[in-house]
Amino acid sequence: MNFADNSEFLSVMVIAVFFLLMAVFAVLGRNRTGWGLRAIPAFSRLSRAIGLAVEAGTRLHVSIGNGNLTGPGSAASFVGLSVLGRIARTASISDQPPIASAGDGALAILAQDTLRAGYREVGAGEDYNPSSGRVTGLTPISFAAGAMSVIQDENISGNILAGNFGMEAGLILEASERNNAFSLSGTDHIPTQAMMFAASQETLIGEELYAGGAYLHAGVMHTASLQAQDVIRWLLVAIILAGGIWKLIQGFL
Amino acid sequence: MKLKIPVISTAIAVISGLAVLLLYFSPLFLAGVDWRTVILQWAMSLGAVALFIGLINLASVHSRKLDDKGDFPINSLVLVLAMVITFGVVLVLGPASIWAMFILNYIQIPVETSLVAILAVTLIYASARLIRRKTDTFSLVFIGTALVILLTTSPLITDLFPLIGDKFQAVRVWFASVPAAAGARGILLGIALGTIATGIRILMGTDRPYGG
Repeated sequence: MNFADNSEFLSVMVIAVFFLLMAVFAVLGRNRTGWGLRAIPAFSRLSRAIGLAVEAGTRLHVSIGNGNLTGPGSAASFVGLSVLGRIARTASISDQPPIASAGDGALAILAQDTLRAGYREVGAGEDYNPSSGRVTGLTPISFAAGAMSVIQDENISGNILAGNFGMEAGLILEASERNNAFSLSGTDHIPTQAMMFAASQETLIGEELYAGGAYLHAGVMHTASLQAQDVIRWLLVAIILAGGIWKLIQGFL
Repeated sequence: MKLKIPVISTAIAVISGLAVLLLYFSPLFLAGVDWRTVILQWAMSLGAVALFIGLINLASVHSRKLDDKGDFPINSLVLVLAMVITFGVVLVLGPASIWAMFILNYIQIPVETSLVAILAVTLIYASARLIRRKTDTFSLVFIGTALVILLTTSPLITDLFPLIGDKFQAVRVWFASVPAAAGARGILLGIALGTIATGIRILMGTDRPYGG
């Protein structure tokens, strides 16, 4: 390995510790569901919205943003796909199955694939319609404009925005509000998170977006990764505080 | 017996991911080629193909809407027409031709800019709605901070009260550099940890955002 400076060594260590912690928590929690998770009201409301949509024969719209797969925003898009997968498994039995929108071709293909897998898993593979996973535009604003028209035209009762979004998400959330639909949103872009806090009914702040899989019961590894994140976070908090105190002491000496 | 996990796609994803990660820490130059860059270039090429597929998807969804019974989908008609005209112009005259640039500069950019302008109004309205919808501590702190930053940034306030203008500036700087920066760093830390966790789940093959 080429550890030219300490930061590369630190990166490898963080990944290794993360991996180890995830494996340990996965083994410890394999027979328990929702073990050690704090309540996030947004996910409870999402579960309710899914149930209501199935009962009322309305659709859910999952938007996974316009990040590209090779950029730093790809992780948020992957989380959006996980959320879409869970929703597809629950809501595909409905007369009005969920619709996914994306602002990137590759993401749209993955969304179609995720929806198809969801249909297959509930034994409704033949009902899958490829147009339920679609590109609504290829620039951020055109993507938002296309998603607005989906909300308006497709009998949507809930909009879930999970992925890489910029400020254009405000237009999608406003369309949702005008349609009296439920809205839940989360992104990895901090200024957009602030906007979402104001414009969305439920907002996922910071790492809450990445917890989607664990809260929607996507598997033990999602819960384990969340617990590993908590451990590493407290470790980092302790290191930051220790560093601050050390600096303070140095100032007095 | 049919396997529940798509073995081939999972194997390709895990091997490619591990290869890029290992090559990031230990670059491999074989025959004068940086293999990490090569793999990323393959991904980008695939992304370009996916972009084209995305365009076809967009066109097909809206063409199908035109065939549907019910309300006439005027938006879909405009989109399909615009797509055909733009594609034709760029194909025949080239992407840097006068007409292609005309479409970009005099149609697409003004339309997108006007939507951004609408967004500004929308956000003000959303902030007002926030007070009605969620009157809790977080909402009040949010609105309060937004108002403080807005007022202290506005030159109007400093012009009206020139004697305490510097104090306003100091308040804004303190807000931006202490509570806002601390909060943003905390959120960034959470996002970074979430990103690592998502990456590791994909490398382990337990999270398969490709239909598994």
